Amino acid sequence: MRRRVLPGFGLSLGYALVYLGLIVLLPLAALAWKASGIGVEGLIRLLSAPRTLAALRLSLGGALLAALINAAIGLLVGWVLVRYRFPGRRLLDALVDLPFALPTAVAGIALTTLYAPHGWLGAWLEPLGIKVAYTPLGVLVAMVFVGFPFVVRTLQPVLASLERDVEEAAESLGARRWQTFFRVILPVLAPTLLTGFALALARAVGEYGSVIFIAGNIPMHSEIAPLLIVQKLEQFDYAGAAALGAVMLLLSFALLVIVALLQRWSGRWAERTT
Amino acid sequence: MSRRLRSRPPGWPRRLGHVALILVAVAFLVLFLVLPLATVFVEALRQGFAAYVATIRQPEAVAAIRLTIIVAAIAVPLNLLFGVAAAWAMTRFEFPGKAALGAFIDLPFSVSPVVSGLVYVLLFGAQGWFGPWLDAHGVKIIFAVPGLVLATIFVTLPFVARELIPLMQAQGSEEEEAARILGASGWQMFFRVTLPNIRWALLYGVLLCNARAMGEFGAVSVVSGHIRGLTTTMPLEVEMRYNEYDYMGAFAVASLLALLALVTLAVKTLLEWRYGDEIAAHAPGGR
Repeated sequence: MRRRVLPGFGLSLGYALVYLGLIVLLPLAALAWKASGIGVEGLIRLLSAPRTLAALRLSLGGALLAALINAAIGLLVGWVLVRYRFPGRRLLDALVDLPFALPTAVAGIALTTLYAPHGWLGAWLEPLGIKVAYTPLGVLVAMVFVGFPFVVRTLQPVLASLERDVEEAAESLGARRWQTFFRVILPVLAPTLLTGFALALARAVGEYGSVIFIAGNIPMHSEIAPLLIVQKLEQFDYAGAAALGAVMLLLSFALLVIVALLQRWSGRWAERTT
Repeated sequence: MSRRLRSRPPGWPRRLGHVALILVAVAFLVLFLVLPLATVFVEALRQGFAAYVATIRQPEAVAAIRLTIIVAAIAVPLNLLFGVAAAWAMTRFEFPGKAALGAFIDLPFSVSPVVSGLVYVLLFGAQGWFGPWLDAHGVKIIFAVPGLVLATIFVTLPFVARELIPLMQAQGSEEEEAARILGASGWQMFFRVTLPNIRWALLYGVLLCNARAMGEFGAVSVVSGHIRGLTTTMPLEVEMRYNEYDYMGAFAVASLLALLALVTLAVKTLLEWRYGDEIAAHAPGGR
């Protein structure tokens, strides 16, 4: 019925498919084709190379840790922004999106300058023996920065829709504040928190611009996987770059699937609780 | 001691807890977000305003600004058209493979920027699929402006579609059906009913798309070749100056990008306040 009344099905879908095919699918096919040129043996050799392993470990491990930190801080910041009224709240709320809006290269050089031994923060941390710039810790700082908005922005609508009477009921039944938080509030937030976590993780795994400046890029120590792809390209090792790119792509695919499943789960969760 | 405690208004320990939480959150936001932003402007103005202005008026900087605007001016409208078409098809019709289409639209968001650039090198580079053919016909895509445009289109492809799909889904198609039944042509219906209904969400999507297009670094750096004055957009100019130890120059160009980010945030916040209902709840991730 609908299909007959509204026009433009062929035109809009056709245009969208051709565009998507040319911009996304064709290049991805080229990636798959080039990557397969390396062969199973080549792939194993590439992935078992210590330098590749170290880079993948840093990208994935750093991203996991950064996403965990972001889940904790994001929960705190989201909670404060939704629950409490204080001067400057709206400004801070708008500021949360800064890592989305600030180009990664700008964030990269700003963070590096800030945490360099003579920087505003680096000068404070240096006497404490904490070196951030040009170490894996710097990679972590940059990853926390770029992933920060995800958890806050996913949590905020759910936090705002929390029914306060459930908390009041818990407290009138004698629960302490932390008991209410861990037994009543956190279970409801858990699926959303996980979604935010996964989004922050996916972003940080592939992050390049904000990380490469602060990382120092020392092979085996502070070199991330995307940088290794760039280096392979610069050495005209197209097959190696493609294979590593395909591995990174599969990783993002897996994360994308997890996010979709989590969203479906949290949707069902919301239906059941309301 | 205990009497004094009891004489306080009830609930003050909790309020103290609230204040503590607020302070921790504010401290984190200031340390982690405000300080890097402040660094950009302080470093850019380190040698005074006159030196700053002179730096951003250097020919390489001007060329980078021009190129950035050109790339965005091509990529954003194309993705705008795509977003509207994809949202129309996906929210007004049922067809097999719809979920897969949605997943492919989202894909560029979850791909590493480096991979987004890499795929075009593999397609159009010297050793790529079309490399020899392009070479024979004298067309340059990689290490030239078309490559920059393609990589930018790739990374910013989801923005408009992602903004429109949930909104158009929520709005439903009754008004459009009514317009058709009352005799409006397809384009009349689109320009008089659909477009006014989605205009603020469209602007919102274009705003974010543009910010990313102008600020993209990773994807563009892979296909650029870093030819000064020819294939360096502003973020690449920032990188090159920084790597040449021209920190003030790097931060001067970076400050322009930071200003763009601030303007984007301001307009975005304004749109959310004034037209929140017409922008609709959208999935986060719109970087």
